[in-house]
Amino acid sequence: MNPRSRWYLEALSHAVLLLAVAFALYPVLWVVSLALSPSGTPSPHALPLPDAVSLDNARAVVGSTDQAGHWLFARQLLNSVVVSVATAVTSVVIATPAAFALARFRFVGERAGMRVLLATQMFPGVATAVPLYVILDTLRLLDTRAGLVLVYSTTALPFAVFQLRGAFEAIPRDLEEAAMVDGATRWQAFVKVVLPAARPAIAVTCLFAFMSAWNEFILAATFLSHEEAFTLPVALQRFVGEYNAAWGKFAAGAVIVSVPVMAIFYAVQRHLVGGLTAGSVKG
Amino acid sequence: MRALTALLALAGVLAPVTAMGQSLVLWHAYRDDERAALEQVVDAYRRAHPGATVEMLAVPFDAYASKLESAIPHGHGPDVFIDAHERVASFQSRRLIAPIATGDLGPFTAQYDGASLRAFTLDGALYALPMSIKCAALYVNPALTHGVVPATLEAIEALRGELPSDAYPLVYEAQNAYFHAPFAHAYGSGLLDDRGRYAFVGDGAERSVMHVRRLLRARVIPEEASGSLVSQLFLSGHAATAISGPWLAAELGDRVRYVVAPLPVITAAGGRPMEPYATVEGAMLSAYAHDTAAARELASFLTSTESARTRARVGHQVVSTEAAWSDPALASDPLLSTFRAAARTARPMPTHPRMRATWEPARQSLVKSLRGDRPVRDALAEGARRFADVTRPLPPRRDGTLALLALGVVALGLAFAGVREAREPDFRRDLKRSMPAYAWVTHAAIILALLVVAPLVIGAATSLYATQEGRAYYVGLANYVDILTARGGPLFATGSFYRVLAVTVLWTAVNLALHVGIGLALALVLSRPLLKMRALYRVLLILPWAVPSYVTALAWRGMFHRQFGAVNALITWAGGEAVSWFARFSTAFAANVATNAWLGFPFMMVVSIGALAGIPKDLYEAASVDGATAWQQFTKITVPMLRPSLGPSIAMGAVWTFNQFNVVFLVSGGEPDGETDILVSEAYRWAFTRQAQYGYAAAYAVLIFAILALATRRRNPEAA
Repeated sequence: MNPRSRWYLEALSHAVLLLAVAFALYPVLWVVSLALSPSGTPSPHALPLPDAVSLDNARAVVGSTDQAGHWLFARQLLNSVVVSVATAVTSVVIATPAAFALARFRFVGERAGMRVLLATQMFPGVATAVPLYVILDTLRLLDTRAGLVLVYSTTALPFAVFQLRGAFEAIPRDLEEAAMVDGATRWQAFVKVVLPAARPAIAVTCLFAFMSAWNEFILAATFLSHEEAFTLPVALQRFVGEYNAAWGKFAAGAVIVSVPVMAIFYAVQRHLVGGLTAGSVKG
Repeated sequence: MRALTALLALAGVLAPVTAMGQSLVLWHAYRDDERAALEQVVDAYRRAHPGATVEMLAVPFDAYASKLESAIPHGHGPDVFIDAHERVASFQSRRLIAPIATGDLGPFTAQYDGASLRAFTLDGALYALPMSIKCAALYVNPALTHGVVPATLEAIEALRGELPSDAYPLVYEAQNAYFHAPFAHAYGSGLLDDRGRYAFVGDGAERSVMHVRRLLRARVIPEEASGSLVSQLFLSGHAATAISGPWLAAELGDRVRYVVAPLPVITAAGGRPMEPYATVEGAMLSAYAHDTAAARELASFLTSTESARTRARVGHQVVSTEAAWSDPALASDPLLSTFRAAARTARPMPTHPRMRATWEPARQSLVKSLRGDRPVRDALAEGARRFADVTRPLPPRRDGTLALLALGVVALGLAFAGVREAREPDFRRDLKRSMPAYAWVTHAAIILALLVVAPLVIGAATSLYATQEGRAYYVGLANYVDILTARGGPLFATGSFYRVLAVTVLWTAVNLALHVGIGLALALVLSRPLLKMRALYRVLLILPWAVPSYVTALAWRGMFHRQFGAVNALITWAGGEAVSWFARFSTAFAANVATNAWLGFPFMMVVSIGALAGIPKDLYEAASVDGATAWQQFTKITVPMLRPSLGPSIAMGAVWTFNQFNVVFLVSGGEPDGETDILVSEAYRWAFTRQAQYGYAAAYAVLIFAILALATRRRNPEAA
């Protein structure tokens, strides 16, 4: 077909995409403008532009301290970073060998295992909050980062296994078989050949586990009670409780919380298309 | 095994954040000035007791009660905490608090205000040292009332004719039962009677609601006022009077000139006064306190004359310590003395444990009758029914022996079958062949079994128990029977399992259609071979995926806000009428769907881009040689080729959407009246807001699981 005769299709494509971009950006810009507005109470604006630019909200959020004068925000940021990174690492490290076995070996209990993994995705977390609370309490891990990592990495595990199993299945067996013919053990072939080939999928799986921990607040709000143990979502949610509506501070906090995860997201996003389809196709 | 080593290495970084020492822990829900005052008092305690450590924890008011109830029995709670008197009976019956004194309370009567002391006395024992008393009063902006303090509600109504149209004679949270109570009291009604029966029904209640409805229709009061709108309108000089508690004074500061007076009388109600509820706050001792003597010492210090003066001066509290008022500066403070006088005529909030269950039904009755959707009488009757439903007795205890026996038989049968199969030579060969694989999966299997599957099984088992306020006993399948028979009401009544299930299915279907529709359409456009700026578009379009979902949900909730939301601003800018989004099912549901569509389309778009890239190009070339139109190519090639690769993603998306708690809970919050709740958020409400009925919530969870398992098994037999 002649592209010049289809100029209107090209224009239509851009019109559709621009409309979608406006839809995607509008709420984000609204939050940013709220974060930069000087007044505490928002005023109605159709266009997401603040009347005046001020960093008061951001300063109030970042500069928050507890009564002893400790820098609370830094503490909570550290909690979030440590918990999310540890969750990503732990769940991927545990999931990788299991996913490889599910992709390569036929063994007794394989189908049952897959079924259980799928079932865990369907059972709503509400019912497990109380048993998990009791488990963490018994292990004396309430109000600790370790407790959160334990819970987050295990809940992220089934999805990580699905993702990685799909990715491993997409990697041709010939690669590792060639290495094993050359004298490598199964483990060596896995580490030297399969893992590098699966790097995009592993990166995407890490990203999802990281995001699930970075964004979670209901379990965190249940398990944590000391301000210095909070992760950022818990701290943030308190700005807009039923009896308190500091929307400006919430928006400023939201921008601060979103920027790092967006940065990582964009660093990994070129792998998204490949990593996801490889994973979810067989999911 | 490597994973375990890694876990151990991580443990170093993840050391406990808080060391639980023997120091005293004090919990409170104060903010701003009250918090500052309490911090000053605790600092003074530390100076007076060198070596003693007091750790203070401010818990937000919304979460305060549930945090206390879950933390205290596990020993993570405070030693001393500050709470309102109406919860004392419930705390005492669950043995969460220890008495301050029993027997002779004589020494206390001289020290504290009598009404405050009575509020904390239960069965002859004192359960808290009273700190302050709070009730609502009338704030008057004299600039709008010609300097007059209106003595009757009718005098306030008469201001309508004099004020400009953007100002209101009166602002208060009309939908909140706490603020409606003074109206109900003036008309001879109330929320709960002395014997713990729901009282917000009948003639008096009806007349009080009709009166408020007249105020709304005549624009004497604003529609759907929230706490922040009340302070905003009063602060900006758009309200002549406001009904609120002492906390409003803390927000107003010196920014507006005002006077405070006791609530007026209602002439139409025979000139009876609007008596607000009075709440006494006191320092209570946890029954699990590490050092009871030290805890008692701290509680007593918080209510000493000197501390009370600090709290009154800095925190503007109407303190219950009588001697504090001998300070002339306090006695002459107009604000404090007015609230003190108002408290004298106020009604103490009923202490019956059922009081907590009245707020939500009463609020729903108010919302419905003030909006005019229902006749007042029907709305009130529905509130009474709801109260009866939430507080109805739990199912009777059942004998668990039979169930245990059945469980034993099943386990035995399974074990027998297992042993028989293990004897099969085929199986043994298979098992032997499986050994190498087990080296790769065992660690993951153990971790999953302990931390994911075990909590699930325990959670599912809870559904056979009735749990309420910390008690639990076996009831068999009674929870399931209750749910599946819609608790004996009409099958499709609001809040019934079938109604909520229908909403959930609709929710899932609409969202999936939008996700797949938008995602696939954008993927098709983005996959056009000659498209310019493809990378830029893609980066911008996956933005919603990168934003944390609770931020998205709360941001959209703000955008749908009636007064300052961007959506209404867009509508009014285009010449339309502002919409009260969460007032009707259709608009509230649409708001939830808009949020979730925004949140979820990038995932489907990215998956579709990948799937489209996997379709061989020569198929299209062959088709266009054969003269197929673009539409024919789409339906005959694209759709069939996409189906196998998109199918699992769609199934996964369906499961996620079915259980999408964040959006429903944070955007509409179930409004109006729980109609937009889906099964997961309904389960959450039973577990965490309706008297902690975990067993009932767990039964909901099991049903959700069963529905999803059945639905995905049929659609996708291979994956299941």
